[in-house]
Amino acid sequence: MDFQVGIVSEGVEDVSVISDCVMVGIFSKLEWEETDWPQGLDIQGEIFFLSSCHHTCTSSLYSFFIHFSSCKSSSIFIQMIPQQESDFDHNYLKPYYGKLFPFADIFKWMTYGHDGKHPGCDQSYFGRREFSFTLKGDFYLRFQSFNNALELENSIKEKCPLKIDIGPVYTVDPAKRHAYAQGDNNVFAPVERELIFDIDMTDYDDVRYCCRGADVCLNCWPLMTIAIKVIDTSLRDDFGFKHILWVYSGRRGVHCWVCDGKARRLTNEQRASIADYYRVYKGNENSHKKVSLMGAALHPFLATSYTNVLKDYFEKILLTSQNLLATEERYEKILSMIPDESIASELRGKWQDSRRSSSAKEDINVVRWEQCKQLLQSGKHKAQGLRRCVEEIVFFFTYPRLDMEVSKHMNHLLKAPFCVHPKTGRVCVPIDPNQCDEFDPTTVPTLFQLLEELNNEGLRADVNGEWNGTSLGNAITLFRSSFLEPLQKACKEEIERSYNLKLQQSKNSVGW
Amino acid sequence: MEIVRPQSHRNLFSSNDAVSVPSLPLYRSAPPLEVRLEDFESFAIDRLRVLKGISDGLSRGKKPEEMEKLVKELWKVNMRHQHASEVLNKDIISHFVLRLVYCRTEDLRKWFLSMECALFRYRFRFLTPEAQRAVMDNFDLTCRAVNNVEFESIKEKLGQVARSMGQPSPTVDAIFYKVPFEEVPELVAGRKVFISQGYAYVAMNQVVSLVATLFRSQLSKTLILTNRKWTSSIREQEKHRLTPIVEALSSSYLGPDFSQPREYAEISLKDIDQVAKSSFPLCMRHLFDKLKEDHHLKHGGRMQLGLFLKGVGLNLEDALAFWRAEFSKKVGLEKFEKDYSYNIRHNYGKEGKRTDYTPYSCQKIISSTPGAGDQHGCPYRHFSEENLRAALSRMGVNSRAMEDVMDKVRNRHYQLACTLTFEALHGMTCDAGINHPNQYFSDSQKILQPKKDSSAQNLVTARE
Repeated sequence: MDFQVGIVSEGVEDVSVISDCVMVGIFSKLEWEETDWPQGLDIQGEIFFLSSCHHTCTSSLYSFFIHFSSCKSSSIFIQMIPQQESDFDHNYLKPYYGKLFPFADIFKWMTYGHDGKHPGCDQSYFGRREFSFTLKGDFYLRFQSFNNALELENSIKEKCPLKIDIGPVYTVDPAKRHAYAQGDNNVFAPVERELIFDIDMTDYDDVRYCCRGADVCLNCWPLMTIAIKVIDTSLRDDFGFKHILWVYSGRRGVHCWVCDGKARRLTNEQRASIADYYRVYKGNENSHKKVSLMGAALHPFLATSYTNVLKDYFEKILLTSQNLLATEERYEKILSMIPDESIASELRGKWQDSRRSSSAKEDINVVRWEQCKQLLQSGKHKAQGLRRCVEEIVFFFTYPRLDMEVSKHMNHLLKAPFCVHPKTGRVCVPIDPNQCDEFDPTTVPTLFQLLEELNNEGLRADVNGEWNGTSLGNAITLFRSSFLEPLQKACKEEIERSYNLKLQQSKNSVGW
Repeated sequence: MEIVRPQSHRNLFSSNDAVSVPSLPLYRSAPPLEVRLEDFESFAIDRLRVLKGISDGLSRGKKPEEMEKLVKELWKVNMRHQHASEVLNKDIISHFVLRLVYCRTEDLRKWFLSMECALFRYRFRFLTPEAQRAVMDNFDLTCRAVNNVEFESIKEKLGQVARSMGQPSPTVDAIFYKVPFEEVPELVAGRKVFISQGYAYVAMNQVVSLVATLFRSQLSKTLILTNRKWTSSIREQEKHRLTPIVEALSSSYLGPDFSQPREYAEISLKDIDQVAKSSFPLCMRHLFDKLKEDHHLKHGGRMQLGLFLKGVGLNLEDALAFWRAEFSKKVGLEKFEKDYSYNIRHNYGKEGKRTDYTPYSCQKIISSTPGAGDQHGCPYRHFSEENLRAALSRMGVNSRAMEDVMDKVRNRHYQLACTLTFEALHGMTCDAGINHPNQYFSDSQKILQPKKDSSAQNLVTARE
């Protein structure tokens, strides 16, 4: 097999450092050992096998990292590109859809109780839901619909999509939409759609220093944990929603599906209002103040989020792990958020000297933050806009940043849980909001890993599905017990209730 | 309503009620009135003047206090009647006639709904507390007032909300209404209410928002029903009497939407760089420059600039070439074809549901919310002062005009700021004011490229 050495420009950056390691290539273990290394490539140090973050599993290959012992920056990200095309979908997606993808669970979810077992069931419900498939070669099939679980399963197994998206439930079967979408009065329109949120780590690039772009690591992942905690709590306490599913997006973020009946029937305007309720960070490089908390008090939602989540995560985790005040470049960023120049100068003065004198005991970021807080909250300098400065800084670095467009429109498609992310090979597994502190994106099962497990265990006829013996087992159990089962129960109750109500009404109308 | 011939003056509706309590009709059902045919049309036109005035005021970015004054004035001028008792009738009749006129397409419905809701909202504010409560009764709201026990338990949170808006904490006798959060989307969006377990606690001074939403959803539903009735029976039945009047009433009031390119403005690929410098408004100039610089724009920017270019007359082929030339420098040809060309064709109505999208108006652009990495929006609104000054001086605005512009911006008159910029750069006044980026462009082109066609035109006529 021939390899070319080239510089990869994945998206925007063409140089990338992943902690202290430089990723050298993607090839199998045997090939590594047998390869004649191209000339000019200077390799020193130990060779590690694939470890935590940053690997792609797009074919039957391992990634290797080489640790450059004293190399810190300006390392070059070299990717060895094998000549043949990746067999990702054939060798890996096919058996995944064949043995592991939980079709029955997805179907049960999407029927929302309309499985035909109760006279009040709407038999057409599932068939009016849109699915869309992204196929190899970037073919995109929209408006796919199915009448039952078997049709859904067969279609996916046959087409082997790289990605499955779920859309809304329409007034009629999407396959028949052309017959209805005529002229001005559009009778083909969405009627139900989960309330969804998409939180993506790239929107936080200006507040994390460990990674950029598509990368994530355990140092910046807490930003996602914060988002889950803040939003989940509010969805339940403020809006009264109960059936909420959080899913890892497979690479650099999380998705949220709110599935209560009330949520599914929200209009676009109502969705936009909820998204705006959650919006704090405004603006971009062109505007000035991005977090502006005016008023004598914070809205209860913001106050609760700050006290229960943001403050601690900022002070106890992010300050240190992101070294937010450790260097001049970084502390200047925070100083620029203080509207009072005299305070900023005072702090600058303290910090420019303290490089030498800082005590080894306490972390420099913590020390400096204390100094900063003291000055801002002392009340000594009573300048305008200073009142909430501390909170504004904390919000800027921690508060959730949602993609507004995803939530605002009923017809927005979103990736289905349990898909495999083509670039990382990771499965989009559910995240338990009550245990989200412990979620580790770097240990999420990958496709390759799962198939290996299956192969090693041998073929087992398992009543619950083959996933049981694999790392996927926990994910599916979580999906069922904490989300699907309570949801189904509630749906059945709702169907029964409205059926009985209709019966009652028709009885009343039959009068003498 | 019964429409009678011009000669008859009979009026069945009792006029006494109208005088005593100035009320706000909810237009729930057509009242049993007789209307003269000439009043049918003239009442509708008078009301239309009010709605059009509101529309103009909104698109010029007038602040709420200004709008209040405007609505009061418009109503007084246009909706009076020689017989004081007839004022209410005129109100109701004109509304129902316009419903017929504006129920017929999605766009018309949208416009009518917006204007009627704005009108309702401002009129509600002028009512006495008793009259307001009467309206609220009509919407079944008074029963949802929060009782003392519940008030005590949430008093602190209510206080926090009030203080977050710079208002004092509510006193013990303050009235709050507990409604499902879905009924007050604006208040939710602005975090202006306390929300708990799906209910929003609305203060008395926020009730306008609540009532307006309820009015809106009621009117929205009835418009659809009216449309069905119109198409299925009324249009045909009235084809010699009302239908021609109805059809004539709607055509001239919505203003140009620039979905068809104007005569002067057909530009081709080679012209773009030149006209961008001379005739693009700041928002588009910024997007254009950023695109040239980064060879990329996020979705919001692609839409805003892309549709604008369509409006100035760039055809699909040239548009694809334009975007391809820029994007391929960053993402490569293949990725451009794969990920971006579809959207461009979609904008021209060649994909998907084949809607031919219209370029965004100033109102739409001003109210957009550019986020991280975005370059769209209205620079007069979304840029910080220093960034805006820098951008304007790059465009060539002199320092004296700059101060006038910044003054407008500080007072949040974004469109007036843009108009001043136009005037400063072209050396001519723009009386109509800028309402639409494509209007800026075509007005600019009219000045910079005086009619080249007219000479050809003269030739033709001379020969004849």
